[in-house]
Amino acid sequence: MSTDLPAQVPTFRIGLSRGQVEILQFVRDRTAMIFTFSFPALLLLLFGSIFNQEYDHPGVSASQVFSASMIAYGILTTAFVTMGAGLSMDREDGTLKRLHGAPVTASAYFIGKLVLVLALTATEVVVLLLVGTLFFDMPLPDASHWVTFAWLYVLSVLACSLLGIAASALVRHARTAGAILNVPVVALQFISGVFIHPITILPSWMITVASIFPVKWMAQGFRSVFLPDTMADLEAGGAWEHGRTALVLGAWCVIGLALCLATFRWTNRKDA
Amino acid sequence: MAAIEVRGLRKTYGRHQAVAGIDLSIAAGEVFALLGPNGAGKTTTVEILEGHRRRDGGDVRVLGVDPATAGRGWRARIGIVLQEASDQAELTVAETVRHVAGFYPHPRPAERVIEQVGLTDKARSRVRTLSGGQRRRLDVALGIVGQPEVLFLDEPTTGFDPAARRQFWELIRAEAAEGTTIVLTTHYLDEAEALADRLAVIAEGVLVAEGTPATLGGRATAEATVTWRANGVVHTEKRADPTDLLRKLVAEGTDLSTLTVSRPTLEDTYLTLIGENR
Repeated sequence: MSTDLPAQVPTFRIGLSRGQVEILQFVRDRTAMIFTFSFPALLLLLFGSIFNQEYDHPGVSASQVFSASMIAYGILTTAFVTMGAGLSMDREDGTLKRLHGAPVTASAYFIGKLVLVLALTATEVVVLLLVGTLFFDMPLPDASHWVTFAWLYVLSVLACSLLGIAASALVRHARTAGAILNVPVVALQFISGVFIHPITILPSWMITVASIFPVKWMAQGFRSVFLPDTMADLEAGGAWEHGRTALVLGAWCVIGLALCLATFRWTNRKDA
Repeated sequence: MAAIEVRGLRKTYGRHQAVAGIDLSIAAGEVFALLGPNGAGKTTTVEILEGHRRRDGGDVRVLGVDPATAGRGWRARIGIVLQEASDQAELTVAETVRHVAGFYPHPRPAERVIEQVGLTDKARSRVRTLSGGQRRRLDVALGIVGQPEVLFLDEPTTGFDPAARRQFWELIRAEAAEGTTIVLTTHYLDEAEALADRLAVIAEGVLVAEGTPATLGGRATAEATVTWRANGVVHTEKRADPTDLLRKLVAEGTDLSTLTVSRPTLEDTYLTLIGENR
């Protein structure tokens, strides 16, 4: 090859341009946008209104517990399902084929997807916090808790997004993606202490299974951000366990990345 | 210099040999058509040239590079017009072309490309609202916006009405006039005849003929068929050079209004080549 080939457009710049286009397309698809953002908010309103009694901890209502836990749900469903379904859709409608035929790297494509997921999950968190504070008087925490929130948010989004990419390898047709991807999402909600709190009322084997997956740790982590420290007694380990949470989520990021690298295909054919 | 060199290309799906040893040489600046019935191996061949599919055997060079291992630098020099894409549906035409232009180091101005494919009036419309023909023209715009040296089109006018096809041909001719090497597959004979400098007929994974539209399959040197009627009987004779026979018929006072002299049409040649007439 000659050396005077023109320099290629930097991957990062193409990635940001992809992100812009991903967000634009998402925002213009009104139905998808309304459902993505309103569904977790609606669930929170329902759960929060149905179970609004106080625990033995004065000043903490079940609605406030739900408000904190539902952030984990919001991130999981937005990142995991958006990534997984988005990838199978991009495989089917020619997006990936077009990018693969152009000087676009897989990294640029994923930077774009990550920009989309970060924007969506951030909006989702804001919507849930608004519902929590406006309807259920959830107090917003101090600065040190926001630091916990920050690393928890980043690790949660990364782990769920990477697992969503990996899971998309199991999806053959984009129209079935939502149904397939929601199975682990819904199952994990129930055993991870998101819908059912305190998690200790579940059979112990269920808690063990849930402890393998990221959702239990995400929900526990967000409760540690928004609830008083005395509430840690109700957790499975009787403490907030920040160190273990970071380890489990970090491990899932590594596993997710390995699965992505092993399974990512530009097309759904085996020979391409 | 050859833009594309293919030697002994083979591709098998399970037990089905889709491409069974193809040799091709396409010169820079040439418009080359790969003609053949459905399932003949056209799309497989082109997808291997595009780098979208792996081959099982043979040697392939596109712009001097093996597509199977080519990197971004090579992909910036080729253009691909997708066969049935429905991506970027919520973007406008202008947004889509500008976005794709941003992938390339030396793109053509998006507005010029949109004008070139005749979508200026639709520049602000969402891609989702385009008709089938407009959508394909957008796909051409996305294929040429990076200023490719080689442009691939796989059955680009399937499903077009006749007027849309003619418009599309003009577009391809204009792109060829810019010096771009063009490789297209088609199962329409008139399309190959209208556009291609050279064409090859592919059937069951092998090339059965290669030439210009005028000479394909020995068409130019094929025997002429002379038919006339005399005394209520239709006579037919085949001659390499019918001149002497015609002189004789004139001398005999044959009714010339019953006389026809014909050579095989491209369609006859094609059908013979792909074995439909056997």
